Amino acid sequence: MQKLGKQTIKFDTPPTITSTACIVGPKESDGPLASYFDKCLDDEFWGEETWEKAESKIIKETVSLAVSKSNIASQNIDYCFAGDLLNQCISSSFGLRELNIPFFGVFGACSTFVESMSLGSVFIDGGAAENVLCATSSHFCSAEKQFRFPLELGNQRPPTSQWTVTGSGAAVLSKSGNGPYITHITPGKIVDLGIKDANNMGAAMAPAAVDTLLTHFQDTGRAPSYYDLILTGDLGHIGKEITIDMMKTHGYNIKSNYNDCGVLIFDKEAQDTHSGGSGCACCGTVFSSYVFKQLQQKKVQKVLLVATGALTNSTSAQQGETIPGIAHAVSIEL
Amino acid sequence: MDNFETPKQYQDYVDKKSPNSPILKNCICAFLVGGIICCIGQVILDICKARGLSVELSGTVCSIVLIGLSAFLTGLNVFNKIGKFAGAGSLIPITGFANSIVSPAMEYKSEGYIMGVGAKMFTVAGPVLVYGISTSILVGLVYFILM
Repeated sequence: MQKLGKQTIKFDTPPTITSTACIVGPKESDGPLASYFDKCLDDEFWGEETWEKAESKIIKETVSLAVSKSNIASQNIDYCFAGDLLNQCISSSFGLRELNIPFFGVFGACSTFVESMSLGSVFIDGGAAENVLCATSSHFCSAEKQFRFPLELGNQRPPTSQWTVTGSGAAVLSKSGNGPYITHITPGKIVDLGIKDANNMGAAMAPAAVDTLLTHFQDTGRAPSYYDLILTGDLGHIGKEITIDMMKTHGYNIKSNYNDCGVLIFDKEAQDTHSGGSGCACCGTVFSSYVFKQLQQKKVQKVLLVATGALTNSTSAQQGETIPGIAHAVSIEL
Repeated sequence: MDNFETPKQYQDYVDKKSPNSPILKNCICAFLVGGIICCIGQVILDICKARGLSVELSGTVCSIVLIGLSAFLTGLNVFNKIGKFAGAGSLIPITGFANSIVSPAMEYKSEGYIMGVGAKMFTVAGPVLVYGISTSILVGLVYFILM
């Protein structure tokens, strides 16, 4: 592998995405992408006593589905990279504790899925692994509990707020295979333009997405039109518009081939999700289902997946801190 | 970002981009539902008085019934739907206070009855209690000094 420009890595032997899998909750199952998901749950508990246990079960089952779809024996998977939103990433570590695969806990807030794929790709192209597993999860109820208010509280959500996706996405990356290939990664910088409103995560994260997109285009010498699809993780409707605006002021028109997972996963009007989906699973499930199938069917050939994360917690928010954003990009090509 | 030189510029731009809450609609919904809750309270009060209870006792019974009803609807996953529609209309009356105590109690039951239900029950209502009681002490002191 080699470094291009400021922060992009180009792989000599691009790793293949061998398989993906995703499981989603009931609200996502009612959304526009329902037909693409591997499994749709009827209730948020999935037979467990707590939402945290349910989330662990979701990531556990998603991972085992991804492994079985890859036709690779789990003992031949060298490393696992996974993370989530709950304190100390308990969904991943509890869900994957019986996996018996060396585990790297990754925290990049909602950018975790692409961060895991980036690290996994570096391991593979660096010769340290043949196969790696990347996974992430989030759960609306457990996230609300940790970051906001009890679910039964009778309050109103502002129009800028987003809806945490319940679900999990997982991917198996391999050294050998017939694609889709991860050709480049552009790990992002932490960008903070001073947004403090925890109900407007899209606006907090959009500058990080713009920074990573600009850097990726400059480092690789590619234009936005090189890609069939540029897809950010969970900026939602407002963050998407801000990203288009900001890219335009930098001389890049991305309007025609750009979208956001948070915009795709819910029907904003019918499902009352305000600014759209969010959470680690937003990018994880949309990529593992809809986008990966589009790649397999060759409906899209080149995808730039840019997962965005808000690096905040409830303590920092209460202390009046701003919300730093981050965005990691992977270039996926057939 | 070179096109936004200060966080202030970005914040101003974001404010322009972000839709505001529908204040007029929210006010009307709050007025209607809040009014209905108050009417229900008045009916309970009148029934109590007609049954021969004193005014003071009738007020207490009214509060108890509204709190009980609100707690029951919270448990049935109905109150949050009313609250979503009514906003301050169901939050400001005593119903909102009951909901703010019952909802965390339900949410944190998974952490046990001591550190969950017991400790977390007042996470939402706590500030209301602290500042409500503090204010009443201040008002009481002022009353004591002036009268």
